[in-house]
Amino acid sequence: MDLQSGIMEQRYLLGNEAIAHACREAGVDFVSGYPGTPSSEVIDTLRMQKDRSYYLEWSVNEKVALENALAAAWCGIRALCTMKHVGLNVAADPLMTSAYTGVTGGLVIMSADDPFAHSSQNEQDTRCYAHFARIPCLDPASVQEAHDMMQEAFGLSEEFGLPVLFRPTTRICHSKGNVELGAPHASGRKGEFHKDPRQYVVIPAHTRVLHKKLNEKQPAIRKRLVERGFNRYDIHGKTAVIASGIAASYVQELLPPSVSFMKIGAYPIDEDWLSDFVKQHEKILVIEELAPEVEEIVRQVAGCVPVFGKKNGYAPYEGELSPSAVAAIMTKAGFISSNPFQQKDPIQNLPARPPILCAGCLHRGAFYAIRKVFKDGIYPSDIGCYTLGLQLGVVDTTICMGASITVGSGIAHSGEPRDVVCTIGDSTFLHTGIQGLMNAVYNGANMTVVILDNRITAMTGHQPNPNTGTTACGVETPAVSLDAICRACGVSFVETIDPYDMTGMINVFQEAKKRPGVKVIIAKQMCVIMMRRAGIRRGKYTVDTDACTGCGTCIRFGCPAIEFADEKARINDLCSGCSVCAQLCPVGAIAREAKK
Amino acid sequence: MTGSFDILIVGIGGQGTILASNILGEACLIEGRAVKGAETHGMAQRGGSVESHIRIDGKYGPLIPPGQADLLISFDLLEALRYSHFLKDGGKMVVSRQLVMPTSVFTQKLTAPSEAEIIAELKKHPLCLLDADKMATEAGSVLAQNVVMLGAAAGSIPLNPESLLEAVRRSVPKKTLDINVRAFELGRTFSGTC
Repeated sequence: MDLQSGIMEQRYLLGNEAIAHACREAGVDFVSGYPGTPSSEVIDTLRMQKDRSYYLEWSVNEKVALENALAAAWCGIRALCTMKHVGLNVAADPLMTSAYTGVTGGLVIMSADDPFAHSSQNEQDTRCYAHFARIPCLDPASVQEAHDMMQEAFGLSEEFGLPVLFRPTTRICHSKGNVELGAPHASGRKGEFHKDPRQYVVIPAHTRVLHKKLNEKQPAIRKRLVERGFNRYDIHGKTAVIASGIAASYVQELLPPSVSFMKIGAYPIDEDWLSDFVKQHEKILVIEELAPEVEEIVRQVAGCVPVFGKKNGYAPYEGELSPSAVAAIMTKAGFISSNPFQQKDPIQNLPARPPILCAGCLHRGAFYAIRKVFKDGIYPSDIGCYTLGLQLGVVDTTICMGASITVGSGIAHSGEPRDVVCTIGDSTFLHTGIQGLMNAVYNGANMTVVILDNRITAMTGHQPNPNTGTTACGVETPAVSLDAICRACGVSFVETIDPYDMTGMINVFQEAKKRPGVKVIIAKQMCVIMMRRAGIRRGKYTVDTDACTGCGTCIRFGCPAIEFADEKARINDLCSGCSVCAQLCPVGAIAREAKK
Repeated sequence: MTGSFDILIVGIGGQGTILASNILGEACLIEGRAVKGAETHGMAQRGGSVESHIRIDGKYGPLIPPGQADLLISFDLLEALRYSHFLKDGGKMVVSRQLVMPTSVFTQKLTAPSEAEIIAELKKHPLCLLDADKMATEAGSVLAQNVVMLGAAAGSIPLNPESLLEAVRRSVPKKTLDINVRAFELGRTFSGTC
């Protein structure tokens, strides 16, 4: 490999780091996105580079991010836009029409899928969006291929004048491997917008023409993806496995030498090329994660050749594949004689260790006060660390970003008489929460909205947002006022409170409970992880075992710093000194540790 | 099969499994060997159970199938037991003698096995049990436990210990370099009895 200046380097990198590096090698000029696991580290890597030759932003949501990137690509420069799969739903509006307007500079939209929903609300498949929008989609099988495909994606976008969807999955983004890298380069390009209303103003008269042009591009795209080697095959016998994405890597680990193999890495698939391959075989097995995108096309061209896959029960529609799962599918379909992996089951009945809110997390105090004051309340919540409030019994619904307030107002208007108390983080509120709040006030809902304000997008790795006071690149910027936004939406009861102050919290909630209309409480405190990184240390707390009655009040608070042994509570090293447990203890047995 | 040497590193989010896997990956680069890995990110890191897969000489996927791991390195007794089915017959365990109870045990009053019960179960495999936290403290910081564990496991990993040590030097923050080098050496001395 001899890229740019000929420098080649091997490094052990996370998939997302390799993807970020490939963007620099491709001379990316413009980067936008909204954080979402497993996509976030691409922009986190790019924003931490010292010698940035590109513009970069964390946008407030995916629709905003994509529209920004699209416009940059209209100006002839190379743009990257990143998000997780469900973020693409938010960006779907500009996505669908961006295929009509096309681009001049390369536009690559990275939408990271999450089979098994490791950190997501669903298992949707980005490849379906590419099919829907009629734009090319790249689907890497390894970290190296993710790097190589991303490097080429910008050129492919420019060649066809279309946005390209790049679809890694969790097992690519968060895998690691030795990766061959080329040299990054600064393009020096400057954007220049050429006015062309027939291209960029999609009134009906224009869009009808654009739609036809989009359809006319399709056959050439299909051929090109084969020529580029993204889709390829080796013929070894009369039976064949066709696999895509990371499943292709698992298949290669198991493939007997007498079985042909087709690897799909890009869509749309050329049906003529596929048909030639299929017709040379007597039996085909299709292995892919999530939707049967490949299988459906294989079935269309297969004629009387038997096809094994999801549609006849040989492979699962849901969840993540693994070497063992692929071995099981290949065994069931008769492509290998027996599963080569020893079948071992985990030891049963061990206590689970799910993720938990950190010791000293501000959300725990807010949840405690909500449960205390609104005992019979209904608690719509949202997407963030605070979804873990489920463990504390204070999360009744979570569907998508911003849907705490809208679900709350829907329940309130349904005739349900119980109090509705929503929780939403600051980043999520700015993402798509404001519209819901405005709507709730406008339409006279009765509800309490608690904005859990830690001034950062914590769950995805502490990315700054408009509430933080710095941009993605660390430049100071005016922080928005959540209070002023809420008041501008028409909320008259807006109170900001420290969630470590239990008495204050409970008083404010009681006041909110008495009033009609929409009430907003902003529970504001620094994320404990950010606090630790900033070097802020508060004294730890300790239990006076003589005074402790073992009543369990502090244990029920659910803090990982509090343990229970020999009928007494004990505070471990995780304590960050928030003091809430000391305020809750009915006998005053918890106090700040004396300085040594 | 690929002929890779498969190592599973498990623990609790925040204990440093990712740095440990980075060191192994870097050591593979030093020796010019292929390596694949997979790890837990995002929400799963908030004090939850975490796993890092590393396949030395791995050419294909990054995931180790259950029953295939050559070596299990665990930073916690309970987590060692949770992932023990990943070991192949005769596969070895290097485990820190530390037991952090999941918070759910206290909040939901779940039953959990005792330290003695866990160790008895782990002893069904070739087991190296060490007080990694004490050894790390001796090296200069309790945070260097992950490097102590790697030192202790070094004798069971098909990489030159010198490559591992060089990888430690390249992977840890500069100001903790001496502590981590000491931690690795302490672990390595222990590996004589592992």
